[in-house]
Amino acid sequence: MARNDLQGSLDLLVLKSLAQLGELHGYGIVLHVQSASDQLLSVEEGSLYPALHRMEMSGWIRSEWKVTETGRKAKYYSLTKSGCKELEKAEKSFEQLVAGIRAILRYA
Amino acid sequence: MSIFRRIKNKLTRSQHQQDVNAELQTHIEMRIADAIAAGMSPEEARRDALIRFGNQGVVRERVTEADAGMAWDSLVRDLLYAARQLRRTPAFTFTALVTLILAIGANVVTFSVLNALILKPQEGPASAGLYTVVHQQPGYDNQSYPDYLDYKNKNSTFRDMATYRLQKAGLAVGDSAYSSWYIRASGNYFDMLGVQPAQGRLFHASDEHGPNSAPYIVLSDDFWRSRLGANPAIVGTTVRINKHPYTVIGVAPAGFHGTDVFLWPDFWMPIVDSPDDEGTNFLSNRFMHSLFVLGQLAPGVTPKQAELNLNAIAQEMARQDKADDGLSARLVKPGLMGDSLGGPARAFVSAVMLLSLLVLLAACANLASLFAARTSDRSREVAIRLAIGSSRWHVLRQLLSEAVLVSLIGGALGTIFSTALLRGLSRWQPFPEFPIRVAVTPDAAVYITALVLSVGSGLLWGLVPLRQVWRTDFTQVMKTGSTGATVLRRFAVRDLLLGAQIALCTLLLTASFVALRGMQRSLHAPLGFQPEGTFLAVTDLHMGGHTDKSAPAIQKQMIEDALRIPGVTAAGIIDETPMGTGGSSTPVFRPDTTDFRQSNSVFGAKYFSISPDYLEAAGTHLLSGRAFTWHDDAKAPNVAIVNETFAHEMFGDKQPLGMTFKTADGPPYQIVGVVEDGKYESLTESTWAAMFFPVDQAPDSDTTLVVRSQLPAAELMPQLREALARIDAELPFVFQSWPDGMAFVLFPARVATATLGVMGLFAALLAVTGVFGMTMYSVSKRFKEFGIRVALGAQSLQLMRTALARPVTMLLIGSGVGLILGVVASQLLAQIVYQATPRDPLVFTGVTLTMIALGLLATWLPARRTLRVQPARLLRDE
Repeated sequence: MARNDLQGSLDLLVLKSLAQLGELHGYGIVLHVQSASDQLLSVEEGSLYPALHRMEMSGWIRSEWKVTETGRKAKYYSLTKSGCKELEKAEKSFEQLVAGIRAILRYA
Repeated sequence: MSIFRRIKNKLTRSQHQQDVNAELQTHIEMRIADAIAAGMSPEEARRDALIRFGNQGVVRERVTEADAGMAWDSLVRDLLYAARQLRRTPAFTFTALVTLILAIGANVVTFSVLNALILKPQEGPASAGLYTVVHQQPGYDNQSYPDYLDYKNKNSTFRDMATYRLQKAGLAVGDSAYSSWYIRASGNYFDMLGVQPAQGRLFHASDEHGPNSAPYIVLSDDFWRSRLGANPAIVGTTVRINKHPYTVIGVAPAGFHGTDVFLWPDFWMPIVDSPDDEGTNFLSNRFMHSLFVLGQLAPGVTPKQAELNLNAIAQEMARQDKADDGLSARLVKPGLMGDSLGGPARAFVSAVMLLSLLVLLAACANLASLFAARTSDRSREVAIRLAIGSSRWHVLRQLLSEAVLVSLIGGALGTIFSTALLRGLSRWQPFPEFPIRVAVTPDAAVYITALVLSVGSGLLWGLVPLRQVWRTDFTQVMKTGSTGATVLRRFAVRDLLLGAQIALCTLLLTASFVALRGMQRSLHAPLGFQPEGTFLAVTDLHMGGHTDKSAPAIQKQMIEDALRIPGVTAAGIIDETPMGTGGSSTPVFRPDTTDFRQSNSVFGAKYFSISPDYLEAAGTHLLSGRAFTWHDDAKAPNVAIVNETFAHEMFGDKQPLGMTFKTADGPPYQIVGVVEDGKYESLTESTWAAMFFPVDQAPDSDTTLVVRSQLPAAELMPQLREALARIDAELPFVFQSWPDGMAFVLFPARVATATLGVMGLFAALLAVTGVFGMTMYSVSKRFKEFGIRVALGAQSLQLMRTALARPVTMLLIGSGVGLILGVVASQLLAQIVYQATPRDPLVFTGVTLTMIALGLLATWLPARRTLRVQPARLLRDE
C-alpha cells in the first residue's frame, strides 16, 4: 500500500530536483520545479524551508553555504546516500498513488 | 549521524537563528533580483516577493521547529525529566546507586588487574611477538646459559633472543647500603626490548667479553629517584656490590622495570658479570637451569612455527649432550616469570572476572525487579501520558533514560572509587623483602569497559518494564487505578529475577565459603616443620664477600652466638627454608648408575643443606636414624637424611637406613636418617621427595638461621641482630618470624580468599537487598488485601503465609540451585586454594545457615509490617 499522502509529494519534488541538478539552493529548487513542470507546479515557499530543514535533520540531504554567480551567499542543498534511497522509496510510493487514483477515476 | 548537527544546533542557538534568517533573506533577495530583471520596478518586485513568501515569522518558526523536533533538546529534556523522577524516589535511587557502585567498582578493579596481567602484560616499544621460552613439562620455566646460546644461535625463527635472571645483592652507594634485587641480563637485553637510556648509556652485546668482563650497572628510574634523589652525577661513579666495585653507566627510562609485570628491580647488570665468587659458573654449565629466556619472533613467523623450530634444535642438543636429555621447548606469554606462576594467576584472575560479572548480573537482576516494581507503581502516570498522546516508544525512552542515568552515575562513582583503590594498590609492597609491586594503572581500555558496563547494565535492567509499558491499556488503568494487583497474582518475571539473583548470590557465597575453609585448613596442614615460635634471620654470605667454601665456619659461629641468647631453645642453619621462595630440585640416581642422563634417574628430589641442630630448631620430626653432627664434615663419608616419600619411592618397604644413592657423577650418599614428609614449595603441591645434606658437605652461602624461642619477637630480635652484627657488621640480614616468612607462599591463597570473601560479602548484600526490596514491596502493595483478611479473621500465621510464601519459595529454590552451581564451580577453586573442597559438611551448613540468616534478615521487616496491619485504619485510608 502506498503512503498515499500528497504532502509526501513535496519531499519527492525536492529530492528529485536535487538528484537531477546535484546542488541547489531553496530558490533554485522553486525555479527548477516550476520550469521542469512547464509552469504546472509551483512550490509553496513557506512550506519549502521547513521541509528542507526536516530532511536535513533526517540525514537525507546536506547543506553548505556557498556564493552564487551573482555574488550572494546562499545555502546549497545536495542529496546524501540515505536521501537517494529515500528518493527511490518516494518515487515508488508516488507511482502507486498515481496508479491508484487513476484506477479510481477510471472506475465507472 | 545527525547527533552532531543536533549538538551544534543546541550549542549555537543564536548562530543557528542567524543562519535561518540569512537563508530566507537570500531567497527573497534572489526573487526580487529576478523580478527586476524581468522588468518590474524595485518596489513592485519587493512587494511581490514578500507576498509570494507569505508570513516570514511563521516560516522562520517552522524551520526552527523542524530543526529542534528530533533534536538534542529532547534528549536533554529526557535526562532532566529522568533526574527529576529519580530525585522524587530517593530510596530507590540510593539503593540503585550503592548496588551499582559496588558491582561496577568490583568489575573495574578486576578488569584493571586482568588488563594489566593478561591483555597487555608487556609494554615498551618492542613488545609485539615477545615470548618466554619454557620447557614443555609444566613447572620447568628456566633454561641453562649454554642451552640459551644454542637456541639463540641456531634458530631461524626469532629476530633475537635475550636472557635474564633475578638476583639479590648488597649495594653500597657512598655511605648508604641497600639490600637490592637486580636483574642480570644478556648484553642485547635492552636493545632487543627497544629501551633507550634516560641518563648515560645502557649496556650492549658488545660489552660482553667473557666472565666478569663488564662491571657495569644500569639503575632503574624508580631506585634512582626514590633512593638516590635523582642525582644525575651518579652516572659514571663507582658503587660497591657485595663489596666489589661497579660503574654506574646509566639510568633506565621511567616506567621500565623489565618484562615481568609485578617485579621492580633496582638495577641491571650484564649477565657475564657477577659480584659473587662463583656467580659466573652457570655460564658454562648445561645443568644449571636458572635463566628466563625471552625471544622476539621474526616478522611473519607464528609461535607454532617457532616452537617447532626450537624443538628441533632441542633434539639436536639432546643428541650432543646428555645434560639436555629430554629437552623440549614451549612458548608462553612473558610477564609473569614463566608459566608456573603465570598459568594459575591468569586462570584465577579470569575466574574472578567471571565472578564479578556474575555480581553485576545479580545486581542487574536486583535493580530490574526494583525498577519493574517502580514502573508498576507509576502505571497511572504511564497511562495518563499514553492517554494524552505520548507514544509508547517515548514513554519507554523516558524509563530507559532513568535507568541509564542511574547506571552512568553509579558507574562513574564506582570507577572513581576503584581507581582510588588501585592507586593504593600500586603503592603497596606486599613483601618488604621482595621487589614486588602490584602496579595497576587504569587505562583507556578500563574506562571504556566501565562505560560499556554502565550503559549495558542500565539497558539490561531498564528494559525489564518494556512489556509492562507495551501492554498498558490506559482505559483499563484509568478505571481501576492500578495494574499492580493483576501483575502480582501471576508468577511474574519479577519472581524469576529474584530466584535467579538468589541463585547467583548463593553461588558466590558457596565459592567464598569454600575458599575460606580451604585457607583455614591449609594453615593447619602438616608442613613437616613447626613455624610457630621460630624466627628467621636470612642472608647471603656472598654479600659479605664470603664464598660457599668459607660459609660453614661462619654459619657455625652464628648458631653458637644465637644459642647464647637466654631464652633460645634451639638454633640451626638451612640454606633456604622450605615454603620460602622455592627450593631447588635435582635428579636422584641409584648407586649403581654410571650414565647420568635425566631419563635414568629415579625421581627429582628437593635438596637442602642443614646444620646438625636444624631439625630440632625447625621442629621436623626424625622418624628413624640420627640427625647430623659437626663430624659429618668434608673429610667424613657423604651422608644424607631423606624424607619418607624419598625412602618409600626409592626402596619400597625395605629399611632405608644405610642404603645409598647418587645425585650425579661422584661418590654415593649414605642415608643416616629419615624425617617426616613436608611441604617444600607450596601448600598445593603433591608430596615431593626431599633430601638433606650436612652444611659441611654441601656448603652454601645462602644462609637462614632458624631460632626457636619462647621469647616475644620484640625481645628476641634486637638481641639476635646484635649477636649477628658482632660476626660481620656489614652483612645485611632480613629478620622475621617464620610464619611471616611464609607470607610469600601463602600470598596467592590469601589474595584468593580475600577476593572471594569480598565477592561473597557483595553477594550477601545483594541477596538481602533483593529479597528485602521485593518482599517489602509486595507486602506494601497488598496491605488492603491483608486488612480484609484480618477483618475476616485471618490468624497471624495464615497472614504470614500469604505474605511471605512467594519470597520464601524463591529463596529456597534459588539457594538450592545456587548451592549446586557453587559445588560445580568450586572444582575450579581447588586448583588455587589448597584443600578447597565443596564436599565439606561445614561449607554446606555454612552456606545454608547464611542463606537462612539472610532470608530472615530480609523478611523480618516486611513480616512485622504485615502483622501490624490494622484493618480498620487501612480500609478507611483507601
